[in-house]
Amino acid sequence: MSAPMTMTEKILARAAGRSAVAPGDNVWVTADVLMTHDVCGPGTIGIFRREFGSTARVWDPDRVVLIPDHYIFTSDEKAHRNVDILRAFAAEQGIPHLYDVGTPRYKGVCHVALPEGGHTRPGEVLFGTDSHTCTAGAFNEFATGIGNTDAAFVLGTGKLLLKVPPTMRFVFDGELPPYVLAKDLILHVIGDIGVDGATYRAMEFAGEAIMRLSMEERMTVCNMVIEAGGKNGIIACDETTRAFVRARTRKPFTEVANDPGARFLVERRYDARALEPTVAKPHSPDNRALARELADVRLTRAYIGSCTGGKVTDFVSAARVLKGRRVAVATFLVPSTTDVSRALRLETIDGRPLLDIFRDAGCQVSLDASCAACLGGPRDTFGRINGPEVCISTTNRNFPGRMGSKEGQVYLASPYTVAASAVTGRITDPREVLQ
Amino acid sequence: MTAISGRVYVLGDNVDTDQIIPAEYLNLVPTIPEEYRKLGSYALAGLPRAAGEPPFVPEGETTTPYAIVVAGRNFGCGSSREHAPIALGAAGAKAVVAESFARIFFRNCVATGELYPVETPERIVEAFRTGDEAILDLDASTLANCRTGAAVALRPLGDAGPVIAAGGLFSYARKTGMIPGAGAA
Ligand code: SF4
Repeated sequence: MSAPMTMTEKILARAAGRSAVAPGDNVWVTADVLMTHDVCGPGTIGIFRREFGSTARVWDPDRVVLIPDHYIFTSDEKAHRNVDILRAFAAEQGIPHLYDVGTPRYKGVCHVALPEGGHTRPGEVLFGTDSHTCTAGAFNEFATGIGNTDAAFVLGTGKLLLKVPPTMRFVFDGELPPYVLAKDLILHVIGDIGVDGATYRAMEFAGEAIMRLSMEERMTVCNMVIEAGGKNGIIACDETTRAFVRARTRKPFTEVANDPGARFLVERRYDARALEPTVAKPHSPDNRALARELADVRLTRAYIGSCTGGKVTDFVSAARVLKGRRVAVATFLVPSTTDVSRALRLETIDGRPLLDIFRDAGCQVSLDASCAACLGGPRDTFGRINGPEVCISTTNRNFPGRMGSKEGQVYLASPYTVAASAVTGRITDPREVLQ
Repeated sequence: MTAISGRVYVLGDNVDTDQIIPAEYLNLVPTIPEEYRKLGSYALAGLPRAAGEPPFVPEGETTTPYAIVVAGRNFGCGSSREHAPIALGAAGAKAVVAESFARIFFRNCVATGELYPVETPERIVEAFRTGDEAILDLDASTLANCRTGAAVALRPLGDAGPVIAAGGLFSYARKTGMIPGAGAA
C-alpha cells in the first residue's frame, strides 16, 4: 500500500502513469488540455515552429483550446495581427476549439470561457499560458499557468516535467454571512499568508462555507491562489461540480478526493461566520484591511469585470446593491464573456434586467466581453486608468500600473463592496447600503 | 568558469511582471526578432522610480548598462508572461539575484535560458547600490561587490543550471535525449 495522497497528488500520479507520487517528486505529466490566448499564443506558436519544425503537428488538436480575450476591442494593429496568428494556426492544425473574434463562437476571458465551453473537468490536468489558469481548480482538477516555452513543449509532446507540490489546506467552517462573498474569503486568506505564502504549493479549500458556494464563486477563490504565489488551487468535487460540468460536456471524467490520512503541509481552520467585507489596498493583494476600516478613502472610479469579478453572479451581486441607487463616481462594467454579456440582459432582479439596473444607476457598461482594463492594455482600452485615479475594483491584482497608469491606486474588493463604494464615492462596507 | 561581471541594478520586494514589462507592450511577440528587441527596450518600464533614480534602460536606448539585477523577495510575481524574463534578457541582463522568486517567473527563466535566476539565503539588497560593479560567480555561488569588497553567498542553481547553460528547455531536452532530433530552423 502506498502512502495516502491529496487530490493534487492523485491527479498528478494518474497523469504521470504512476501508482503514487509524493511532494517534491519531479514527474512527466500528460496534459489533458492546453489553453492559450492572443497575448501568449503567438509566441508559443513561434517557439513550437522553431523547435519542432515548420511542418510539425500539435500532439492532439482536440486538446488545444485557443481563446483570444486580452486585446480585442482596440485599434492596435499588432493586437489584431496576434489574433490572426491564432486563426491561421487553428486552420493549419485542424484545432476545433478556437473561440474566434467576430464570430458567434467568440467568448472572451479564457478562465470563464473554458468552463463555459466544457473544457474544465474533474481529475484532469489543464495547462494554460496565463497565471490565472489556476481558476479551474474549482472544478476538482489540476490547473496551472505556464510560460510560452513550456507551452510550446506541451504543444509538441503533450507532456511537461512538474514538481509535485505539497498541499496547504484551508478549511472554512460554518456558513458565510450574506454580505460576505468568495472574494472577501480569498482576500482574507492572501492577507494571512502573504503574496508568496503559497509559492510552489497547492492550496486546497474545504469546509461547509466552500462547498455551499456556487461554481462561479468557487472559481473566484481558486482564481486568486496565484496572488499568494500558489501553483494550483483545488476544491473537492460534489453535486454542484458534476451538474455544472455535465451540462457542458459529454466527455467522461474521474473525480478525485483526498485519501483518508492524506498529508498537508499546513491546515488552517477559519470560522466563516466571522468573516467581514475585505479589501486589498494598493499596491499588493496581501495589503489587507476591512472595508469598514477604510471609510475615509475617497474614490474617483469603480470597476467591475475580469475572470475573477466579471461573472454572472458578480453582476447579480452588484445589481442587488445598485438597484434604485445612483453611482457617485465613474463606474465601469465589463462582462468577462459573451454569455455573461447576454445574461446582463436576461437576468433580472424584481423583473428588471441587470443592464437596465446598471444604466439607471449611471454606470458605463461595455457589452464587449474581454479582459479590458483588468490589465491596463492598449491605451484605448475601456475603463483603463490613464492618470492618478483612485479605483475600487473586483479584479485580482493591484500592483503599480496594473490597470494602466503607474499613478493609479487600485483597491480590490468584492462586487458588493465595489458597488456600495461606487454609490457613496468612498470605500464602503456593503452592510451600510444593503437592505 | 561561469562568471558574470557588470553593474548591478537594485530593486525591492515583490517586483511583479507588470513592472518588469507593462501589459501595453504584450502585443509584441518575443519570437519575432525586432519585437524581441523592442521588449528589451521596455524592460522594467513599469517600475515606479523615485526622482533621481536611473531607469534600467536609459532614455532613447534599447539595452541596459546593468548586467545583474539584485532584488528582495518574490521577484517576478504576478502573470505567467514569458515576456518578463525575455524583456530583461533582451535588454542585456544576464542574471537576477534575489531572495526568492515567484514560481512561474523562475521556471520561465530556466525554460527560455534568458536569465540566471539565483536565490540568496539572506537578504542582500542593502549590500548593493545601483551602479556598483559586481562579479557573479555561479560555480563558487557568490556575488561580490567590487565597491565594498564584500561577497554574499548564493544558493546553488541545482537542476536549473545546466538547462540555462544549454540555452533553455529545448536545447537541453535535445542534448539529453528527452526529445529527438534538431529543430528545423
Ligand atoms: S481578466 Fe485580468 S486576470 Fe483575468 S485573464 Fe484577463 S487580464 Fe488576466
